[in-house]
Amino acid sequence: MFKILKYSFFDLTRSRWLYIYGAFYFLLTVSLLWLGGGLSKAIISLMNIILVLAPLIATMFGVMYYYNSREFTELLLAQPIRRSHIFFGQYLGVACSLAISLLLGVGLPFVLYGIFNSAEIWNFSMLLLVGLFLSFIFSAIAFFIALRNENRIKGFGLAILVWLFFAVIYDGLFLLALSLFSDYPLESFAIGASLFNPIDLSRILILLKLDISALMGYTGAVIQNFMGTLLGMACSLGVLVLWVVLPAWGIKWVAVRKDF
Amino acid sequence: MITIEKLQKSFGKLEVLKGISLEFQRPGITAILGPNGSGKTTLIKSILGMALPDKGRICFQGEDIKGGWAYRRQIDYLPQIARFPENLAVKELLRMIQDLRGGQPDAERLIRLFALEGYLDKRLGTLSGGTRQKVNLVLSLMYDSPLLILDEPTSGLDPLAMLHLKELLRQEKERGKYILITTHIMSFVEEVADEVVFLLEGHIHFQGSLRELKEKYAASSLERAIASILQEGKLAFSSNGHGEKAAKLVLGG
Amino acid sequence: MRKTILFATLLLTSLAAQAATVTVCPGCECSSIGQAIASANAGDEILIQSGLYQEGNIIVDKALHLRGEGWPVVDGENNNEIFTVVANGVTIEGLLIRNVGTSYLKDRAGIRLKRVRDFSIRNNRLENTFFGIYLEHCSDGVVADNRVEGKAEEEMSSGNAIHLWYCKRIVAEKNQVRGHRDGIYLEFVDDSRIRYNLSEHNLRYGLHFMFSNDDDYFQNTFRRNGAGVAVMFSRNINMWENRFEYNWGRAAYGLLLKEIYDAEIRDNVFLENTIGIYVEGSTRIQYQRNEFNRNGWAIKMSGGCLDNTVTANNFLDNTFDLSLNSAPNNNSFDGNYWSDYNGYDLGRDGVGDVPYQPVKLFNYVVNRTPEAMVLLRSLFVDLLNFSEKVSPVLTPANVADNAPLMQKLNFQS
Repeated sequence: MFKILKYSFFDLTRSRWLYIYGAFYFLLTVSLLWLGGGLSKAIISLMNIILVLAPLIATMFGVMYYYNSREFTELLLAQPIRRSHIFFGQYLGVACSLAISLLLGVGLPFVLYGIFNSAEIWNFSMLLLVGLFLSFIFSAIAFFIALRNENRIKGFGLAILVWLFFAVIYDGLFLLALSLFSDYPLESFAIGASLFNPIDLSRILILLKLDISALMGYTGAVIQNFMGTLLGMACSLGVLVLWVVLPAWGIKWVAVRKDF
Repeated sequence: MITIEKLQKSFGKLEVLKGISLEFQRPGITAILGPNGSGKTTLIKSILGMALPDKGRICFQGEDIKGGWAYRRQIDYLPQIARFPENLAVKELLRMIQDLRGGQPDAERLIRLFALEGYLDKRLGTLSGGTRQKVNLVLSLMYDSPLLILDEPTSGLDPLAMLHLKELLRQEKERGKYILITTHIMSFVEEVADEVVFLLEGHIHFQGSLRELKEKYAASSLERAIASILQEGKLAFSSNGHGEKAAKLVLGG
Repeated sequence: MRKTILFATLLLTSLAAQAATVTVCPGCECSSIGQAIASANAGDEILIQSGLYQEGNIIVDKALHLRGEGWPVVDGENNNEIFTVVANGVTIEGLLIRNVGTSYLKDRAGIRLKRVRDFSIRNNRLENTFFGIYLEHCSDGVVADNRVEGKAEEEMSSGNAIHLWYCKRIVAEKNQVRGHRDGIYLEFVDDSRIRYNLSEHNLRYGLHFMFSNDDDYFQNTFRRNGAGVAVMFSRNINMWENRFEYNWGRAAYGLLLKEIYDAEIRDNVFLENTIGIYVEGSTRIQYQRNEFNRNGWAIKMSGGCLDNTVTANNFLDNTFDLSLNSAPNNNSFDGNYWSDYNGYDLGRDGVGDVPYQPVKLFNYVVNRTPEAMVLLRSLFVDLLNFSEKVSPVLTPANVADNAPLMQKLNFQS
């Protein structure tokens, strides 16, 4: 599996899109840090961007890489290699290369700016961690969708739709549900609903570090008690791990049943 | 070596293999023939574990291949259409396959044979169809596995390369290997094959030696024998109400 | 009249002449403070040397100067009030007073002053004293440089560090108070100054005004209290140059104003509070040159706030700059700097050409459905806010800064 990962990874390092992605983060972060004024402000702006962009790019990369590497896949399928290893290897290759783009693109400017000597280091770490999780989650979902759809256009459309759903539509429905049932106690519902959307969950994890005052003061004791504690933090991170594991498991499930 | 029992496979509503039983128990070259869409490639992919049977089973050296992967170490496979990662150079591709598969392949001899020395640093995307097919041949023949499966090995080859291929196949046969070939070039079959399996509409229509085939259909050449089989099939289908479909059967190539 | 003056002069000179020092120490002839007070005359100094004095209910009924040397410890052993001052002109300084003990029936204190004036309580340390320094019906005194530390865990069973009740003309300055219900509490207190204090980690308020008029508080720091400062039912309170920091929690705010008239709030810093200023029914308040930095809400107004002026303030990276829930509005928000403002200034006069609307649509949603807060900063909410900005439906158009500044204001105070 690691050999496949290695080859997928090196294959991707030849793709200029990966560099464009990394360079975009780099330039953005540099300009936010040096022109926008200050660490915490840069972290907030980056959060807004990473929460949207990391899932989107991971989705597109996942789907595109799957369809573009079919030749490679077919070559591998005739070799004495486990099927699940082929697809996990490719998936991890995509996810890792995205993760490294993000890490370098966002991380380097912060290191140059002196994040290690700042109190914001934890907020920043959380931002990066969440960005990495989102890359892994959405490239897994994308791979799963691509595996299930041999038709490129259909697969691509579906993957983008899934991204759109989690990035925007889900929250719209969420808000609608909240305002329709505002006469009922909704805190547990609100927690539950955020767990089911990795983007929401990631956002809340960062917000609890950043806008903690506003969030906690208002939503009530349940959310504060759940999300604000170490246990809640551990739970949320655990759910994010599940969000990686589930589509990855789906990749395996489809992979061993699929004809090539 | 390989035992196939009542193999069935359909893609969606399309039934491709409708209960095929086959055995390959003697070394030598077996040609799998049949018109387009008769299920040749599906059969091969099933043996390789790339297509998964709906019913029936395939045993390789006595063991069911279902869910297995290590048995592919015993198989060299030449895919029908040579598709490779376009960004890789030929050299890198060879090195990668060797890295993934392990063992000690003998690529040097084949590279020399097919005169590929000058292409080793070229990216696969830039190669012509024939050159790609040569690379394809090097990749699949460089290992010394007991079973060789070649899907359309002749496509795109120039006469010289064709000659080398025939010579290679003869050598491999003499070393006691099992070789499965699909092709549309009947002269090629006549030259190299010991046995013939003829697939039609997902069934095995004939299995036996070349000589038996010609005798059965009282034909002077393989081509005529095939024509007779198709004629027979056409009648059978039209009496079943499938005349239209049968009429469309044509030998490709 | 002349006779009185003569008498007073005589008295003073005789006092000065006779002013003696009574020394108290564990091994001395006089080994308890109570004993020393009994033997002293008005105007004397009682020098308390270092040591442990397990005494309570010490009544100071003469104009004495109690001075500790080397931090003598006066320990009430958890069941007594310690000093009760009932005479004018008393000074208490340099003592470490501890262990008064919690009582649900009596408001015990470390130092209580009852109906006295011209006192000075300074440079003492009070630890675990339930109520620290308790002034009732007092006037013209100073409470300065004291450090009052409690271990309050719940509001019901804790007292205030410095408690003023029916007082006039008191100065409380440079005190450090923490771990109580309220840091400094004022009820019916007029014409007083609260300055240079540090009030932190108190359960309820760092500073609390009730029914008090014509007071000032300035250059204080209120940090990590349940809420920084609460000003309720009071008039003419000036609030200058204070820092309100890290007052976090469910119902936490930097400053709470309730039923207030005619106040001036200027040059304060509100940093990372759930709500910077929470205003309920307040009229004619001037908000000037304050900095609101990274608060949940910078200002939240509810219920009949009229004729308030918010001008020349910096609003920096607050989650919400402003929340209003009363429809009629004649408050002015002109001439502030808002970090969220992204208008332009073609005329280059430093004032944005497009008005800034500090109330966001999401704010309305959250007011109606608090749980919606979990959607804060999501793409959907950003889109919602944006579409509302383009074509307002719910947000009131008249709540706007018509002259938003392009540059952050620099306060050199």
